[in-house]
Amino acid sequence: MLKNDPVALIREKALWMRRTAFTMVHRARAGHPGGDFSATDIMATLYFGVMKYDAKRPDWADRDRFIMSKGHATGALYSALAAAGYFPEDWLPTYMQPRSLLNGHPNRNYLPGIETNTGPLGHGFPVAVGIAIAGQLTGASYRTYVLTGDGEQQEGSNWEAAMLSGHRKLVNLTLIIDRNRLQQGTGTEETSGLDPLDEKYRAFGWEVVEVDGHDPAALLAVLGAAPGDKPRCVIANTVKGKGVSFMENVASWHHGVPNDDQYAQAMKELV
Amino acid sequence: MAHAAPVAAGMADCREAWVKTLIEVAEADPRVVCVVNDSVGSSKLNAFQKQFPDRLINVGIAEQLMVGVGAGLANGGKVPFVSAASCFLTSRSLEQVKADVAYANFNVKLVGQSSGIAYGELGATHHSIEDFAWLRPLTTITTIVPADPWETAEAVKWAAAHEGPVYLRLSRMPVPNLDVPDRKFQPGKAEVVRQGDDVTIIACGTTVHLAVQAADALKAEGIAARVLNFSTINPLDEAALHAAAATGAIVTVEEAGVRGGLGGAVSEFTAANTPVPVEKVGFPGFLPTGSTEWLFKEFGLSPEGIADAARRALARKKG
Ligand SMILES: Cc1ncc(C[n+]2csc(CCOP(=O)(O)OP(=O)(O)O)c2C)c(N)n1
Ligand SMILES: [Mg+2]
Repeated sequence: MLKNDPVALIREKALWMRRTAFTMVHRARAGHPGGDFSATDIMATLYFGVMKYDAKRPDWADRDRFIMSKGHATGALYSALAAAGYFPEDWLPTYMQPRSLLNGHPNRNYLPGIETNTGPLGHGFPVAVGIAIAGQLTGASYRTYVLTGDGEQQEGSNWEAAMLSGHRKLVNLTLIIDRNRLQQGTGTEETSGLDPLDEKYRAFGWEVVEVDGHDPAALLAVLGAAPGDKPRCVIANTVKGKGVSFMENVASWHHGVPNDDQYAQAMKELV
Repeated sequence: MAHAAPVAAGMADCREAWVKTLIEVAEADPRVVCVVNDSVGSSKLNAFQKQFPDRLINVGIAEQLMVGVGAGLANGGKVPFVSAASCFLTSRSLEQVKADVAYANFNVKLVGQSSGIAYGELGATHHSIEDFAWLRPLTTITTIVPADPWETAEAVKWAAAHEGPVYLRLSRMPVPNLDVPDRKFQPGKAEVVRQGDDVTIIACGTTVHLAVQAADALKAEGIAARVLNFSTINPLDEAALHAAAATGAIVTVEEAGVRGGLGGAVSEFTAANTPVPVEKVGFPGFLPTGSTEWLFKEFGLSPEGIADAARRALARKKG
């Protein structure tokens, strides 16, 4: 039933991911739930509506690649990978526990489905460019999707990657910017403003699309569209902490950890 | 990020001493400014920002820019304290640290916050256990690792007054003030925290108080262990190392990798000058997932682990 309604499937998965991620953070007493929640709908759309992959064959050469450049959002990443079948759901409660494979930041040597290690911001995008160039050189059919934070865009390495991607016309590359307008301490525009982000990427040779990052139908249309003649930058307008009233747009939930009451309240709202 | 551990009675987060002293220094010297990378909160600089909004330059999440800007501010006559999580400050900006600060020899104070493995379960990308190895060859930078709140405050004051690059490696791990009578902060000089001639334990930063507990345990076995607070990693206190070698056995302890850090420096020096057994307590490389507290115990950064290392060093002692 759900399978025939891609939007309903994405919504269902996204709801499960948010509940799961918040449970992991509550249990571990650590994590980055604000950025998990802004990215959840984007990731649910990629894993359950857009990307071509086989969780049983994580090394399949022709798989589409997803790179979580904002590596702190492991609540979103691990819940997506478990939902996609890369590893058993019962690994999730080990999040950040001694010797767990679910480290606070993703490690490709620990878990299947992780293309590269991230955590320091501004690393995933350059690696994604390399993956896209490799695909171009071999004539492979896979596509590469990389998700960065918006604060993360302040790292210069992104702009080096953007310049080369435009220059090489990496049409198999899609950059998604989680535009929640908050970074760790405060707003992006109060810190080192990014706007107009669309014009910047256009000037670097990219096709730029803006989308509501919490609307699965809109995300499906944009992320699932056939490649054009330039690399594609999707500016996903999102809300940090999306889905839980007291977390939305509150900077301190970047790495906030819920107490038991907050956890219970969030579980009531995430239905 | 993972939250800092709760602070037990008698213990303190050295960041309090850091920011309190920095504000005092900034009140006295208008040249003092701060440069950060979206790290106002994690550097505990909110009070500084409130008092001196114009003197806190938040460059955004851009560490290479941050260190370059620090060098430029020094050129313009400022005394910049460039403060960020030490993992990003020293690894992301390493070339800026080398070329723009160390080689150009600018009066920049690099302040590494939450150094070592303070970010435990956030993993190797967020650990700063390679920084000694990376910065030790940059001989123009004075590297200081305060062991407690008192020494943190002294080091900040000294760094502000000193003309030249400094790396202050701070921690948010709760530590007690060391119990040493008549203390005087002397950069470049190791501080004797416990007297003893059977073996010398050379520790720095968050591990010094653990070394003291180890020495107390060894004393009950009749072993007199000297404990040095080796807070200046660069330049090395060579006289203290000669004296340590004279005890015939050395243990080094650091919240850092054993390759190229304090243990590496001590081994290099003693191997070349006064060969003596050196047992190194520290981290072997990238660490598994786990909290700071768990990783400390698992890798022997504990009174028991340090005492064991001392027993191993003694067993290897000649004569
Ligand atoms: C190189 C680097 N500098 C600093 C940090 C610390 N840090 C982790 S997340 C974060 C804020 C990220 O903001 P943004 O990219 O907007 O992510 P989101 O809002 O989606 O969580 C910062 C500063 C880091 N991980 N890497
Ligand atoms: Mg953001």
